[in-house]
Amino acid sequence: MKIGKLITSGVAVIGFSMTMAITTTSIAEAASSVVDEGKSIAFNKKKGNCLACHRIEGGRMAGDIAPPILMMKMRYPNKEVLRAQIWDATASNPDTVMPPFGRHHILSESEVDKVTEFIYGL
Amino acid sequence: MKTRKLNVLIGWGAAVLMMGSVAVEASPERDLKAFQTYFVEKFPLTKYSDFNNGVYSIDESFRQQWESIEEFPPYESFMEMGEEEWNKAFANGAGYASCFGEDVSAIRGFYPHWDSKREQVVTLEGEINRCRKDNGEKPLKWKVGTLAYLSAYIAYEGRGQKVDVVIPDDPKAVAAYEEGKRFYYAKRGQLNLACADCHVYQAGQHIRADLLSPSLGHTTGFPVFRAKWSGKSKSGDGMGTLHRRLGGCNKQVRAKPFKPQSEEYRNLEYFLSYMGNGMEWNGPSYRK
Ligand code: HEC
Ligand code: HEC
Repeated sequence: MKIGKLITSGVAVIGFSMTMAITTTSIAEAASSVVDEGKSIAFNKKKGNCLACHRIEGGRMAGDIAPPILMMKMRYPNKEVLRAQIWDATASNPDTVMPPFGRHHILSESEVDKVTEFIYGL
Repeated sequence: MKTRKLNVLIGWGAAVLMMGSVAVEASPERDLKAFQTYFVEKFPLTKYSDFNNGVYSIDESFRQQWESIEEFPPYESFMEMGEEEWNKAFANGAGYASCFGEDVSAIRGFYPHWDSKREQVVTLEGEINRCRKDNGEKPLKWKVGTLAYLSAYIAYEGRGQKVDVVIPDDPKAVAAYEEGKRFYYAKRGQLNLACADCHVYQAGQHIRADLLSPSLGHTTGFPVFRAKWSGKSKSGDGMGTLHRRLGGCNKQVRAKPFKPQSEEYRNLEYFLSYMGNGMEWNGPSYRK
């Protein structure tokens, strides 16, 4: 009886930690795939084409129209503000040459989310 | 009493405002000065007379490649085809000289200009097709082929003359100029970019690997032979007119291009050519 209880709870503990482990990896995997997707959207000439203007680590033949994308967490502690810049850069600067990716439907909502995740980690 | 005084004041204010806005709008000369000064200050290493060489006026390494290509220019054979076309008689026995005169070297510098009878900007290419139509010939395609060859021949014969576009003191001519200017500075297309964003404010910067040329002198070298326009069956033999380039730059920002020789592009050509006043005509040219 006692042993049985112990074993069961032991299994429960093992079971619990296994689920934990699985959940943690899948969140990490999902996160890294979102970042990867964000990166390929950002670099794709027909999508974000951010390299036309910005230097970004890992990207080749970048332009030099805009500031390099660096230390985004420092510059944008609030991720929403960063997303807003990508969604519609003209909101903070009407004269900017940065295309309003969300407002002009150059990228979809979820594409803007993914690019934000990628950029935020730089 | 008090109110009357106020009205008078407001009246005055409005008059001053109106005078101010008239002065600002109707001053192509002032625009020209500001425009040219801007580029001269932005590119202190470029000789003023050299701005008619597009991107090659601001980048030494591109320039060297370009100079070696210009020694045996790929547009030469097309220029010769243009000369042949010029010398061909129409079915009615007349030829291009019946519209443009015998002196081919005097033609390039005459366009674009304001035609006060037709109340519109007329361009070299536009007048070539008008000449054909008036003589019962079919018009040529606007962007490529024979029209570009003819334009190349005429440009070559007119090389070395100074651009001297006149905006006459006629409200309609000034309005056409203003339309062209507005077009140049207006953001457009899905990418929301104005001509001026790339060729005024960002001139000299790289967009991806492409260096953006300053717009000063932008029209003097046309038509051009572009490596990008040659080779692939769809893009043709390399030769293209100015309005082909304008359409291309509109498409780049995912805007619907206007028709070649549309009023929009003629006015744009008028504005842009006027901004090049004082530069030398130097078409045709080679471009990347
Ligand atoms: C045609 C040029 C151009 C393109 C393409 C472009 N940007 Fe920009 N971007 C700019 C410019 C110029 C600025 C500087 C701010 C301004 O103009 O207001 C800027 C600013 C930014 C900033 C703020 C940087 C800072 O340090 O505050 C971020 C973030 C940014 N861009 C992200 C992107 C992303 C992501 C993409 C692609 C999805 C992109 N940009 C595409 C021109 C561009
Ligand atoms: C997104 C940037 C961009 C915009 C916006 C843009 N262009 Fe361009 N344009 C280029 C690039 C890149 C080239 C090729 C390199 C060069 O010569 O600048 C070019 C070339 C040209 C040339 C040929 C210059 C030469 O010497 O051969 C002309 C003329 C021109 N553009 C006019 C315009 C006009 C007019 C508009 C607006 C209707 C416009 N451009 C909008 C990027 C742009």
